[in-house]
Amino acid sequence: MIYLDNAATTRPKPPGVAEAVAAAMNDYGNSGRGTHPEALEAARSIYGVRQALAALFGCPRADRVAFTPNSTMALNIAISGLLGPGDHVISTDLEHNSVLRPLYRLQAQGGAVDFLPADRQGRIDYEDFERLLRPNTKAVVCTHGSNLTGDLVDIRRVGSFCQKHGLLFILDASQTAGVFPIDMERQHISVVCFTGHKSLMGPQGTGGLCVGEGVEIRPFAVGGTGVQSYSETQPEAYPTRLEAGTLNSHGIAGLGASLAFLERTGWDAVRAHESALAWRFYETVKTIPRVKVYGNFTVQLRAPIVSLNIADLDSSEVADELAERFEIATRPGAHCAPRLHRALGTEDQGAVRFSWSYFNTEAETDAAAEAVRILAAEAV
Amino acid sequence: MRKKQERFVVTFATITGAMAMEQACRSAGLPGRLIPVPRSITAGCGMCWSAPPSARADLEALVIRERLDVDGLYAVLL
Repeated sequence: MIYLDNAATTRPKPPGVAEAVAAAMNDYGNSGRGTHPEALEAARSIYGVRQALAALFGCPRADRVAFTPNSTMALNIAISGLLGPGDHVISTDLEHNSVLRPLYRLQAQGGAVDFLPADRQGRIDYEDFERLLRPNTKAVVCTHGSNLTGDLVDIRRVGSFCQKHGLLFILDASQTAGVFPIDMERQHISVVCFTGHKSLMGPQGTGGLCVGEGVEIRPFAVGGTGVQSYSETQPEAYPTRLEAGTLNSHGIAGLGASLAFLERTGWDAVRAHESALAWRFYETVKTIPRVKVYGNFTVQLRAPIVSLNIADLDSSEVADELAERFEIATRPGAHCAPRLHRALGTEDQGAVRFSWSYFNTEAETDAAAEAVRILAAEAV
Repeated sequence: MRKKQERFVVTFATITGAMAMEQACRSAGLPGRLIPVPRSITAGCGMCWSAPPSARADLEALVIRERLDVDGLYAVLL
């Protein structure tokens, strides 16, 4: 199988990740539940990964990194814990449902949300941020990179807008963490929400949020923390404020191993390899008759994603043919990005998404392009 | 049980704070170790840094220098 569904989850994981998870399962106690060596070993491991993530995202302190099971939970925590009735939020048509559904729920609770429209190529106009600004605008919530097209949002520009108007900036880095530089302080980002199992190459069930100085998030879940047992309320100090219940120390150990791999390999080298493969594929498939590619390829810097359709074929049918006949794994359908599909005109057809990781090769990429060529020829 | 002796104890609001303290002490070569918080300080749970009283001045300086997030400083018999 040629695996080109890395935007859903990277596969395989780097060497050492599964081993780190297995070792943690065999060795660790529960972090923060005692001071015997096994509990401390888990706590030290988690703290080390907090430090690595704080350094990666330009987060001011390791204790402002809170772990969650995934990016969706991190976004729910940030959105529900910072915004409420009466608040206005600006977002974009590029968003995943992990942003959209918490925002729609906020609307139902008395908040207001405006979305920067995407055009037929999936582009947004940054001037719209100023146009949509209201006296009660409290935050911008947006993705760093579309999971459907791979197009990036200029977060430096968005951060400057937020700084200028005193707004919170909640960033969904699900598709970009570890691939593209994110610096919370320099880019004026209030909260970075990330997942561990995509471009960070760690285990599923890991993710979190980095919280900037002065950003006070109301706890989403409350419960056991290992500290202040007789307090009837969740402790206020970060990260405990946002971490009720036992942490996934096994998965976080694996995430630590993947971060170490990325550091050793070089973030720039990983990005360059993935990007080169995605562009290699794009340069071939864009010339194939009856193939339509989505997204803005006039910009060199983009997430390693190419989404396309062949004639008017159902994207699900194409992906199934790719899997069964060519043994190529892709993702079809709506990609949890309904507003962008409507903008692109693919609401009914969906799109077939090809996405790369560091472990893909040119030969795999060329085989995928050839499979597209064959299917397109058969679609006459 | 061990014979009680005076210890200098640092408590934290979070486990993360305790981890930061342990790492900073190890880096600075200062003595001590993490133990469960004794009931003479608080009848809860959590962990604290226990060190000989002679290290108090160095540990306090470390807390300030490294901006460690501590909850309290105590001299207790443990």
